[in-house]
Amino acid sequence: MDERPVPLTLKILAFVMFVFLLAPVVLVVPISFSADTYMTFPPSGWSMRWYVDLMHNSRMIGALGTSTLLAVIVTVLSMLIALPAAYAIIRMRVIGAEALLALFTAPLLLPTIVLGLAILIVFAGAGLLGTFTGLVIAHLIIVLPYALRVLTTSLAGLPLIVEEAASTLGASPLTVFTRITMPMMMPGIVATAALSFLVSFDEAVISLFLTGPRITTLPVAMYQHVETQADPLVAAISVLLIVLTLAVVMIVDRTAGLTKTFVK
Amino acid sequence: MTAATMITAPGSRTSSIVFLATLLLGPIIAVNGLAFIMPVLNLLMLSFRESLGGGGLGDAYTLDNWSSTLVDGFYIELIVQSILTSLMITILTLVASYPIALYLHRAQGRWRTILLVLVISPLLTSAVVRTYGWIAILADDGLINNTLKALGADAMRLLFNKVGVVIGLTEILMPYMILALLAGFGRLDPRVEEAAETLGASPWKVFWRIIVPLTMPGVALGCLLSFVLAVSSFITPKLLGGGRVFLLATEIYDQAIVTLNWPLAATLSMIILVIFGAALVLYSRLLRAVL
Repeated sequence: MDERPVPLTLKILAFVMFVFLLAPVVLVVPISFSADTYMTFPPSGWSMRWYVDLMHNSRMIGALGTSTLLAVIVTVLSMLIALPAAYAIIRMRVIGAEALLALFTAPLLLPTIVLGLAILIVFAGAGLLGTFTGLVIAHLIIVLPYALRVLTTSLAGLPLIVEEAASTLGASPLTVFTRITMPMMMPGIVATAALSFLVSFDEAVISLFLTGPRITTLPVAMYQHVETQADPLVAAISVLLIVLTLAVVMIVDRTAGLTKTFVK
Repeated sequence: MTAATMITAPGSRTSSIVFLATLLLGPIIAVNGLAFIMPVLNLLMLSFRESLGGGGLGDAYTLDNWSSTLVDGFYIELIVQSILTSLMITILTLVASYPIALYLHRAQGRWRTILLVLVISPLLTSAVVRTYGWIAILADDGLINNTLKALGADAMRLLFNKVGVVIGLTEILMPYMILALLAGFGRLDPRVEEAAETLGASPWKVFWRIIVPLTMPGVALGCLLSFVLAVSSFITPKLLGGGRVFLLATEIYDQAIVTLNWPLAATLSMIILVIFGAALVLYSRLLRAVL
């Protein structure tokens, strides 16, 4: 490929823009160790007080618990729903597979503010507002497109010949799937689980419509905190979330290859 | 239309295969039908219902929401401002992302992977976290203003106004733009640049006459994506605007949650979708023109 040196101007410009891109995320780390009562930068002193504060903040801890449980359940359900669907679309040569795939990924194209409102109105009539079940269903709608896309790509990339050999040797379709296909698409499955968890865990807009005084998720609790108070508490939570994100990015990179998942 | 009539495997049209396919696709069809198709159709119908205030609905269907929204000066201003602000954010995002994408396109090996992780990681970080980071930078007691004060300059108001919203959203949308640009940079062949240079073109000329035209498909895709996301983003404008910047997305939320005027919120939602459609048409026209 290209072996020419990259022009200095481009290097400098790219560097400046990278600083701009990463500044807000990087800055959250020093702020979380601030000793100030209000958020200032640079802080006048350093301490762990906001991490201690976070441990004693029952609202945030409760929201963290809700978000974690929600993300785990949504991840498991999205796998149980998307894996069979991906199999039917890719392996069973279903008529209109392209159209089905487009329909199932359509929720991604809709703005979350519109989708949130649409679900709010229907759920209000069904008594699902402010319930855990309602949150699970709503999160499934935005997680499934990601899950289905990664799983279909993963399945379509597998060589059919191994599966054909197994069924020629007398294995039932179910055995072929569980013993041959699933192990071969493990990287795709791990990437799907990681993405599903993160998409559900980070979702804020739709949850904002559906949560209430009785139940709230972590992004919603953080949003409401930032809206009313300007203290470093959210920075402490943010650092934990950034560490979690980095862990997930590493998992995806090690298994499916991050670059392959996001860039063609 | 049931799933069973839609799904038949060619070649082996046995009922057992149809049954199996229905079984495998059933759950996803059910979830999509109940939590996506039905709510969206319901929202469309709701935009033609009369609001009785406090969340109440009239029985009759009416065009009032649409006609009053499209005549009312406040809402026209809101729509125009939303589009103009989003266009401005799109252009700034393009300018900020282009050098990174061009650099990534040229970079290789381990270094490229590290930089790509740095581009993708913010995408996976909650918008609330990134917006919070911007508050720390833009606030009166934040990084920029404290630096200005230390230098003896006057502080600037960067938060709770449109400046803050534009800066924050530009950064939030950069990863999308960079990935779209990279996807569209496939036609950029270093040999063409080399040929132009050999023939005596200045670097400036090579950039404008070779690189820019060849990367237009990526630019068009990135701009479409950024614009659409800018028009519909909610968390960042709400927090960085502090309730003082009025855009379509924030107004939808206020109408739905604060005023409880669902028909009006539904109408504004449909207007966002119309803007989406217009952006898509413009994109395909543009793509045909540059290819």
